[in-house]
Amino acid sequence: MPQDAGTPGRDPHAATGKRASALQIFLTFTQITLSGFGGTGFWSRLVLVERRHWLTHRDYVDCMSVAQLLPGPNVFNLAVIIGHRLGGLAGSAAAISGLVLWPFLIMIAVGLLYERYGELALVQRALAGISAVAVGLVLANSIKLASVLPRRWRPWLFVALAFAGIGLMRLPLIGVVAALAPFGIALAWREKH
Amino acid sequence: MDNRPDVPALFLHFLMLAAISIGGTDTVLPDMHRYLVEVHGWITSKQFADAYAIARAVPGPNMLYVTLLGWQVAGLTGAIATTLALAIPPVTITLLVVRLSARNPGAPLGRAIKLGLAPITIGLMFATSWILMRAVNDDWRGYLVTFITLVVVLRTRLNPLWLIAAGALIGVAGAV
Repeated sequence: MPQDAGTPGRDPHAATGKRASALQIFLTFTQITLSGFGGTGFWSRLVLVERRHWLTHRDYVDCMSVAQLLPGPNVFNLAVIIGHRLGGLAGSAAAISGLVLWPFLIMIAVGLLYERYGELALVQRALAGISAVAVGLVLANSIKLASVLPRRWRPWLFVALAFAGIGLMRLPLIGVVAALAPFGIALAWREKH
Repeated sequence: MDNRPDVPALFLHFLMLAAISIGGTDTVLPDMHRYLVEVHGWITSKQFADAYAIARAVPGPNMLYVTLLGWQVAGLTGAIATTLALAIPPVTITLLVVRLSARNPGAPLGRAIKLGLAPITIGLMFATSWILMRAVNDDWRGYLVTFITLVVVLRTRLNPLWLIAAGALIGVAGAV
């Protein structure tokens, strides 16, 4: 945490206490995002931990856990958290801009190309193949995440209810979450106590 | 069905979705599909699936398919609207949490929330897989490619980029 930067060791989460300038952070997240074919999760760990040595693996996992718990794209939240660790508010702003700016511009360019060439049979066929693979990746992610759930029926009841409400009945998300979340949290609270 | 795009409504809906998208943007993907395709008819299911596939194939966070969705609905203003709507709530909430968390480490309620929401998040991810699978795969060959991808990812450490490249080749060869 930046307010503790002058007193290393005070904050247990700031294990390394490394600092970086906003420009360095911006450029590093630019590198991560432009390497990130198929997603940026793999590259953010590699660059931040193994190449820059800005965080230890342990720090990275801690930041990931917080990022996953909060709403929004995990990589956005992770960029904000790590940017903040390294350079305060300016660091967060630099990280998120580096992460999003270039892919945004690429997406606009791709959008133009899609409008022009999207109907071409060749492009359509390539996209159909990529889509089939992309769905497999999402499904694999779901299964990998599901493996962290305990082997008891209660959590799986919530998995099934959320799946049925959204996937099969096509109800609005906010209603499903509002109906299930309080029970899920209350049960988890009771099991802990 | 009203086909004229309404960018302020689009912005507000995506802002709301971003604020509740615990577990990542893929958990709110089904609602984006419902809103854009089923409720308003601003884009087709095919365009939606294409945006998702393109975002996987180019560098950057996968969830920037929302940029392309916004682009397809209303051009540049649509793209800016969906992208900003996706970023503003998570960035704000994360900053608040980061700045407050130093004062309250390890609260048990936080742990219960995490444990309680995890199964719901995972159920939503399966719903996302299910809806995408039905949107993108026309027949058994598409499902076969999806299934092979799943097995390879779960059984090997191959970089998914190779699978995406293979998917494009299989598609161009006319096999799906």
